[in-house]
Amino acid sequence: MPATSVASFAGFGLGLRPPHYRDFLRGDVPVDFVEVISENFMVKGGRPLNILAAIRDRYPIVMHGVSMSIGSADGIKLDYLLRLKGLVDRVQPLWVSDHLCWTGIEGFNSHDLLPLPYTEDAMRVVCANILLAQDVLERPLLLENPSTYMSFADDEMSEWAFLSEMCHRTGCYLLLDVNNIYVSASNHAFDPLAYLAGVPAERVRQIHLAGHSDNGRGLLIDTHDHPVSDPVWLLYRAACARFSRVATMIERDDDIPPLSDLLTELDLARALTAAWQRAA
Amino acid sequence: MNLLALQRSMREYLIRGADEIRAQIHGDPSPRLAVYHHAYRAQLLDCLRDTFERVWAWLGDAGFEAAARRHIESHPPHSWTLNDYGDEFDRTLSELYPDDREVAELAWLDWSLRRAFDGHDATPVTADALSGIDWDHAILCIVPTLRMRLISTNCAAIWTALSKKNAPPAAARLHAPTALRVWRKDFSPHFRAVDSIEQQALSMACDGASFAAICSVIAARMESSRAPEVAGALLAGWLQDGLIIAVENR
Repeated sequence: MPATSVASFAGFGLGLRPPHYRDFLRGDVPVDFVEVISENFMVKGGRPLNILAAIRDRYPIVMHGVSMSIGSADGIKLDYLLRLKGLVDRVQPLWVSDHLCWTGIEGFNSHDLLPLPYTEDAMRVVCANILLAQDVLERPLLLENPSTYMSFADDEMSEWAFLSEMCHRTGCYLLLDVNNIYVSASNHAFDPLAYLAGVPAERVRQIHLAGHSDNGRGLLIDTHDHPVSDPVWLLYRAACARFSRVATMIERDDDIPPLSDLLTELDLARALTAAWQRAA
Repeated sequence: MNLLALQRSMREYLIRGADEIRAQIHGDPSPRLAVYHHAYRAQLLDCLRDTFERVWAWLGDAGFEAAARRHIESHPPHSWTLNDYGDEFDRTLSELYPDDREVAELAWLDWSLRRAFDGHDATPVTADALSGIDWDHAILCIVPTLRMRLISTNCAAIWTALSKKNAPPAAARLHAPTALRVWRKDFSPHFRAVDSIEQQALSMACDGASFAAICSVIAARMESSRAPEVAGALLAGWLQDGLIIAVENR
């Protein structure tokens, strides 16, 4: 009987990146979980799977994907899902996540997280794809809110309304990227606090924190190459007030600093969470 | 515009710069679409730089980027994984550098080593596994990460020098027929230049030929009295390199 719910896990973690493999393999990094990019380990063999097995022995794992393309109008790819299922069976992660986006269509793959229009048409596509993925993976998915740099003239609802309805129709959960909310709020001039208030709190299982950049043309870009910015920390503080028992992690994908720098950032997330809990 | 039509128009924008998508964007589309136009190409360029590190070092920044951008414009990605992007980059380089064959051969070597890195696992046999074999009917099973191709230049020497941050030798044609074999032993990819006899013998083994048939071909290519010694040396080398994962009797 496939699981129909994802248990809460109120820990603090980091994304596993190659410069830090040795640190994590020692097994003494003070984190509660490690997030791995699923596609990095959906390989036939060799060192990546060996490293993953060793990390799995030392830390709880969550799997985060970038290629499911849950919003593709021509449907989700079964061969991808079956490969992912193979890795899920091997790793037995706390949960599996991907993004609310599309990456390709009809054999083309942009390898970028492209934005969806927030329409009923897109809702039907996304929900059908989520239900298929959940059937194949035999578990509910977590979907992450994307950073977006454009929206569509045909949009019929806000992103948070779309996420809420998507959760309602499919039983999926949310990975809330607070930096993405901040970036998209800036790029599309909406209130990030309204976003936090608008998503279903009971479906949020994980929070991402990351850095961004200004492209000098009026847009913030989700570059993951800087420390978490002060406005994003403030928004995270507001998220702590809204969501309880969620896992929090720092994402860094470029200009990756020593692990100690990321652990210092993670300590700030711990402190903000603890401060809110004391005050509550 | 429904979702399918919108996604097709975005695909055409990314690949060819088609304008149809612009009317669907809320607000000024130019700076917003530019982010995606740049990200698509930047990610593929990074991928090619990462996979073809020695080609990059050989051509230099400007030469490599020009070649990579030409490849990106003519080869939209199709696989679910970026790991597959670049499988035809050596052909693009052959077209761009028809008189500099070492460039495409370096690309093949970069690509094959990367593929071997996360290719299928297999455990090589040890010398003990060869005792008691009926060599008249033995078939060697070869490690699944093995790739081989004929080369015409000193690309292997160039690759090795570049990997050690040494000054590479000038490109030169090889005088004798030579092949490169690439494989993974334990977790490390390796390559080795081999002569045409070994290339033929190993190709036969990969195709399932019996060791006896391989020995016959070796014998036909040299003075027959030397054939057992050469075949034995090849077998020992393959064993030492971890190329043999089973010996079957059929």
